[in-house]
Amino acid sequence: MSAVLAFLGLLAVAAGAGFFVAGTAGVIRFPDTPSRLHALTKADNLGLGLVVLGLLPFVPGWFFALKLLLVWALVLLSGATAAQLIAERVRGPEPPA
Amino acid sequence: MSGAPIFGLTGAALVGLGLFGLLVQAAVLRKILAFNLLGAGVFLLFGVVAQRGGTAGGGADAVPQAMVITGLVVAFAATALAVVVALRMHQITGAATISESDGAEPGGSDAA
Amino acid sequence: MTLDGVLAGVLDGLLAALVLAAAGWTLAAPAAFPATIGFVGFGLLLTLAWVRLGAPDVALTEAAIGTGATGVILLLAVVRLRGGEEEVSAATPGRALVLAAGLLAGAVGLALALAVLALPDPAPGLAAEAAARTAPLGLGNPVAAVLMVFRGLDTLLESVVLVFTVLAVWSMAPDRHWGGRPGPEFPRQDDGPLALLARLLPPVGLVIGIYIAWVGTDAPGGKFQGGTILAAMWVVAWAAGLVQAPSVADRRVRLMLVAGPLVFVLVGLAGFGIADGFLAYPPALAKPLILVIEAAMTLSVAAALALLIAGPPEHPPERVT
Repeated sequence: MSAVLAFLGLLAVAAGAGFFVAGTAGVIRFPDTPSRLHALTKADNLGLGLVVLGLLPFVPGWFFALKLLLVWALVLLSGATAAQLIAERVRGPEPPA
Repeated sequence: MSGAPIFGLTGAALVGLGLFGLLVQAAVLRKILAFNLLGAGVFLLFGVVAQRGGTAGGGADAVPQAMVITGLVVAFAATALAVVVALRMHQITGAATISESDGAEPGGSDAA
Repeated sequence: MTLDGVLAGVLDGLLAALVLAAAGWTLAAPAAFPATIGFVGFGLLLTLAWVRLGAPDVALTEAAIGTGATGVILLLAVVRLRGGEEEVSAATPGRALVLAAGLLAGAVGLALALAVLALPDPAPGLAAEAAARTAPLGLGNPVAAVLMVFRGLDTLLESVVLVFTVLAVWSMAPDRHWGGRPGPEFPRQDDGPLALLARLLPPVGLVIGIYIAWVGTDAPGGKFQGGTILAAMWVVAWAAGLVQAPSVADRRVRLMLVAGPLVFVLVGLAGFGIADGFLAYPPALAKPLILVIEAAMTLSVAAALALLIAGPPEHPPERVT
């Protein structure tokens, strides 16, 4: 693993942590449920995505990398579902088109 | 290595907190939550013993860790049973506590 | 102390403070729902503490069973136990009793804290003995080796506890509901986010659950963690109304429930003939035998957990099926 890759990885992890901090601040500070959901899903999707991306240069093999990416994909899926369900609950179901 | 005393003290504090909650909370569900906190504290003490008992070459002592895994599963089973008993009691008597004024005996297990 | 040591100490201290704060919130929250959410947060933070204590197997179990499965059961109960605030506040103990409880709990906590600080150095442990007994069997994960070999009886009894708990939960049902389907019935979702999740997730989750159970003998994981994931996949499909809980009279369900303990006992008894006694394995056959037990146990753990989450039967059995 080259030093450049390691540095880029650390940079991505730090950026991901930044998204988590910002997302948490948003969840605490934003006034209503939809904006809080917005903050939360940004932290989950982008923050975790950047952390996973940053960890990729450090994994010992392709199978580890695959598992890390799978974790991210599963969090995307469950996070999106939970956010949709909460939003639906707050606003009521969408009227039929 | 440095983690053991910190998490050991955390475990001790969790046992104290859980015991306090178990005694003063009135609602059954909150008592169950407090009981789980107490259990988590006990497990954490096992975890500290496991880390301290590790061999030089290998990791932590696997025996207490295996016991915690067994304990977690049994604690889950106990929680599931307690919740069902609480729900059934609520269904029959409408009560959400096990205070003696409801006519139910403290302890809850004979209420259903 | 090195910089690494200081950083690790700060990290552990922060984590411990967060664990205690979440525990405090679980007790102090104004209502049952936020308290339960606090408990789930507590469990996830505790999972990180287990990783820091060098116990990834316990961390997986804490996340899956201690937090996930327990959280689902508690949340389902919170929704169904709404109300009763006046009764609860009437039953809340007075100030003197709270003070007495606080003193007692404080004393217990303090005594434990002193015991932790006074733990002997060097620490006694069974690590060496367990390693010596389990090494010839060729299991890469020492925790799995302890669970299956060194303390196999504990694990066997625990699997029986799960079966008995399901029986105890079922027997909470009124007589007229006996033979019915366990738990509440959810409306079928053909559209919307939950329907999508319940169709996309289970195929992936089943593979992951089996994988976690399979790697358990050599890496962190095992039947309890994997079985919990399998149960969770069923719960997702159940909550979306895509599958119905099987009737408690269904023989296949009962067989699934007891398959693990049954295989475990049979292999244990076979130990009298092919090895040194109950629950002993001949070294040459140890790994295949353990894998057979683990496979059956994964199935039974998944069935037990799913049935415990669903609860007792809540409707009379359907006449025509």
